[in-house]
Amino acid sequence: MQSTPKIILRPWNTATVILRITIISLIVITGYAFTTFNTRGVDFWAGVDMLGSNFQALLLSPQLKNITVAVMVHDLFITIGLGFLTTIFGAAIALGFALLAAQNLSPRWLTVIIKGITAFVRAVPTVLWVLIFAVSAGLGSVAAVLGMTFHSAGYLIKAYSESFEEIDHGTIEALKASGANWWQIVFQAVLPSSATALLSWTFLRFEINFSTAIAMGAAAGAGGIGYDMFMASGYYLNLHEMGAFTYAVLAFAIVLEAGATRYKASLRK
Amino acid sequence: MNLSLILVNKMHKLDFFTQKRLSFTFFVLILIGLTYATVIYTEYNVAKGFTSIPKAIRWATANFYPDAASLKKLPTILLKLRDTILMSVASATIASFCAFFVAILGAQTTRINVWFSVIARGIATLFRNIDVSAWALILLFSFGQSSFTGYFALFFVTFGFMVRVLIETIDEVSTDSVEALRATGASYFAIIAQSVIPSCLPQLVSWVLFMIETNIRSATLVGILTGTGIGYSFDIYYKSLNYHAASLVIVVIVLSVFAIEAVSNRIRRAVL
Repeated sequence: MQSTPKIILRPWNTATVILRITIISLIVITGYAFTTFNTRGVDFWAGVDMLGSNFQALLLSPQLKNITVAVMVHDLFITIGLGFLTTIFGAAIALGFALLAAQNLSPRWLTVIIKGITAFVRAVPTVLWVLIFAVSAGLGSVAAVLGMTFHSAGYLIKAYSESFEEIDHGTIEALKASGANWWQIVFQAVLPSSATALLSWTFLRFEINFSTAIAMGAAAGAGGIGYDMFMASGYYLNLHEMGAFTYAVLAFAIVLEAGATRYKASLRK
Repeated sequence: MNLSLILVNKMHKLDFFTQKRLSFTFFVLILIGLTYATVIYTEYNVAKGFTSIPKAIRWATANFYPDAASLKKLPTILLKLRDTILMSVASATIASFCAFFVAILGAQTTRINVWFSVIARGIATLFRNIDVSAWALILLFSFGQSSFTGYFALFFVTFGFMVRVLIETIDEVSTDSVEALRATGASYFAIIAQSVIPSCLPQLVSWVLFMIETNIRSATLVGILTGTGIGYSFDIYYKSLNYHAASLVIVVIVLSVFAIEAVSNRIRRAVL
């Protein structure tokens, strides 16, 4: 009797090999990472031990001390405003450049140049852009807005131009055949058919810019609730106050996320 | 209210293209109005904003480039970069590993009961909606200016994000195979081990790579706040007005971000 050949359940192919190599390298790098940690004399387990009581102080008994509720709400709206402004400015700049960066609307050499520059702009973290602008504009909201706008524009040019490239090639072809010029193609075909995609990317960027605005308040003197958090953490050492700010930020972030989820659901219908 | 009703009534009588054009003009006008109001509210100096751009460019071309003296700092900078990359990889890997278990409890396909799902999603929402800079400031209370602060800040945000995307991945990828295995009478753990984990693994690895890229950028920011890694290097040179060295830090960050993006795109193409 001939024995049946063993059925290979998980065949070895390039995909599984690379998957395994990646996972093993991630584990090895992670293990190595812990040996390089700079502890600066901080006891890890004491910190973990404190984490529980700190979370309790943070989340269960939030209380303002150095500023009033009205000031906190005002500062929250300053942060929201910074996020909004930089998103609008970034979107306005990106709309123009994205048309020049889309492969189906522009010559190849131009798309390569613009995409190269935006890749560089995106690779530099936002906080560093803000600090670079701060040298000539001074630390404050001007530098923060410029730096955040710069990074937003870089991000949105990529997102927008990819949305433009995804639209049906036939539509552009048909308009070209009927003698439409470049502007007519853009306004009658490209923008209307990619409008929802542009809106979702812009909204996503607003969510990112809101959190970046918090960070810029903390790290680059942009004011708003991020600066309040920085003071509560580094200067007043007040976890209860930190808790109040955390809830304020959390409330708006959850509203934004819920809005995005509902918008996505309405698109799917 | 009345005015808008009249407008809506009037708009119905207009032809399709005029209607579209009107609603678009409306949208743009509202945006311009909101932007103007925000400029007033935040007291943003638009004129100074515009004049600062040419000033910044002039300053950067004159001062902001690596020179020969700053190149001597390269070994120290690379050592800090290594710390930052290692921290990003470690936090993304371990947080994703933890998030996978929570996502299994949270996903519709594999949850034990509804309450686990609600709790898992709630925790994820809490963790990912607190910004990484806020986490760093909170964790400074427990871990001070050590690497643990940055590590946990990145860990929490990654964890929150990964729970959300992994719940979606599990529900998307493994619903059919889980149903098939359930029909054969396989136990819960057999289903997880034989169906959920293998079918989600490529997506999981792809998301881990994405989070490593994100974390390297966040780690620079966290480093400025907690005094660790490449962010700290930049901060020191920046504050001591050593702009040549600071620009070298930026070059190093950009190159490493490009390199990591290239590697992870390669892996993603092979795996997915």
